[in-house]
Amino acid sequence: MSDTPLFKVTIDNITVEVPAGTTILQAARQVGGDVAPPAMCFYTPLEGSGGKCRTCLVEVSKGSEKDPRPMPKLVASCRTTVMDGMEVKNITSDRVQDARAGVVEFLLLNHPLDCPICDQAGECHLQDLGYEHGSSGTRYEFQRRTFEKHDLGKYIQLHMTRCILCYRCVFTAAQVTNSREHGVLDRGDHAQIATYIEKSLENDFIGNVIDVCPVGALTDKTFRFKNRVWFTKPVYASCDCDKCCGEVTLWMRGDEVFRVTARKDEWGEIKTSPKTGKTGWICNDCRFEKKKLSQWKVEGLADISRHSVIGQGKYPLLEKSNETISKVLDGRKPRLLMDIHSVSEVNRPEIDLSEINGPATSSIFKKQ
Amino acid sequence: MQSLSNRAKQIDRSPMNMWERMYLPAIVKGLSITMKHALKKNPTIQYPEQTRPFAPVFRGLHVLNRDNEGRERCTACGLCAVACPAEAITMEAAEREKGEENLYREEKYAAKYEINMLRCIFCGLCEEACPKDAIYLSETFAPANYNRRGFIYGKDDLLIPNPVTEKEAYEKAAGGRVRKEVTVTADK
Repeated sequence: MSDTPLFKVTIDNITVEVPAGTTILQAARQVGGDVAPPAMCFYTPLEGSGGKCRTCLVEVSKGSEKDPRPMPKLVASCRTTVMDGMEVKNITSDRVQDARAGVVEFLLLNHPLDCPICDQAGECHLQDLGYEHGSSGTRYEFQRRTFEKHDLGKYIQLHMTRCILCYRCVFTAAQVTNSREHGVLDRGDHAQIATYIEKSLENDFIGNVIDVCPVGALTDKTFRFKNRVWFTKPVYASCDCDKCCGEVTLWMRGDEVFRVTARKDEWGEIKTSPKTGKTGWICNDCRFEKKKLSQWKVEGLADISRHSVIGQGKYPLLEKSNETISKVLDGRKPRLLMDIHSVSEVNRPEIDLSEINGPATSSIFKKQ
Repeated sequence: MQSLSNRAKQIDRSPMNMWERMYLPAIVKGLSITMKHALKKNPTIQYPEQTRPFAPVFRGLHVLNRDNEGRERCTACGLCAVACPAEAITMEAAEREKGEENLYREEKYAAKYEINMLRCIFCGLCEEACPKDAIYLSETFAPANYNRRGFIYGKDDLLIPNPVTEKEAYEKAAGGRVRKEVTVTADK
């Protein structure tokens, strides 16, 4: 590695030095903040991903020190490697912003407006992109492409209608799991992620396609409709798992574990596990089966961006405050005039939503 | 000394003269004021019988809306709860099963929906946040109650009458106002 030359790149007037072979996107991520272009299909741990969604388009105003001509067209920054002395414009270029708004409009052509229903809302990259670049209306006048919702095995729900065909899950299934059982069928407008003849995905690591999906096309069925992402508190936890690194994020509410995901960095990509030094993919057992707090060793709060809705209305603390009333009252308990569970229908103690293996239905809420 | 407001009046404390001691002009003056008010229109509203019209921006008790076919509009997206500054709203979502399509508009619905009216400050942010036109603040007050338990409003208390099955109750609740026909097909 030491013989790789360092290239100087200037992105939005900020100069960084990166080793040769780095893509513009990775160099921009080293700068961080708004300078990093958004990426819907590129995913660092997945080999061969990127170059499909075109949201990461940037303008190269100077090719390199030796050949300072600008590149004639906008280039996909996730697939273009840097050259020495390259000058890149991302947020400083009107052309890029304009093109990106166009790309977002195209991505949203067939995307349904069902964010109120979708479990990905709150951590959806397309939602972020839509807020930043999309216009509030659509110019599309035709019937949107729709598919029936589809079960991929007993844990994963596929909403093909929401899919933007980024191929991340296909790469995950091919690279992380040993066998590839799902892919993209048909072409053009009819293209869809599917398994042949309802073949369920049985691999131990197939749950990772949920984390990889930038939209809500692939969602966790054990978490389906149970809670909104922003009402749950992400907590880092670990367990001794013989299949995977066992380092996960628990999405908790009180002491209930509603969802288990891998740990993600600020770009929404699965972090490298410090224990194994590899990407921290987690196995299906950890993701879907371990929904009790006693099965996990809590390590601390997950990092949440200050601007994220996930941090809304939560104390950045894990410790519960001590109950001091009985100490003050010499061991007597206060006489409560009203038990909230005798009035409230929500959060009934006998219903533990996190223990149900699928979405709640009307029969669960019926009075026993 | 200069007074701060320049409106202080010096009181004349000299003894009253004969004319003033008769009190007649003062009585006439007072009676004329009384007579003037007796002839004026009475501003009092006899409350339970008469009601003052609400301002169009009035924010009262919440209602949960239905669409024209009587299906519940709420999808339990939680935006009202996250917008609520008083944290008065809680909900639990469920998935619509086959055969419940006439009850709920979309595939997810609020199985439980509760507003704690003791916490609610009637700011109307839930109404603003709602993407599905499901929650509205109506022109009614929250009724008084001696018990705290009477202020936990569940879905039974909040939902408007079904315009299909309970037509009369619905029209009574709508107060003679006809809702505009809006036909927007639900997203799949």
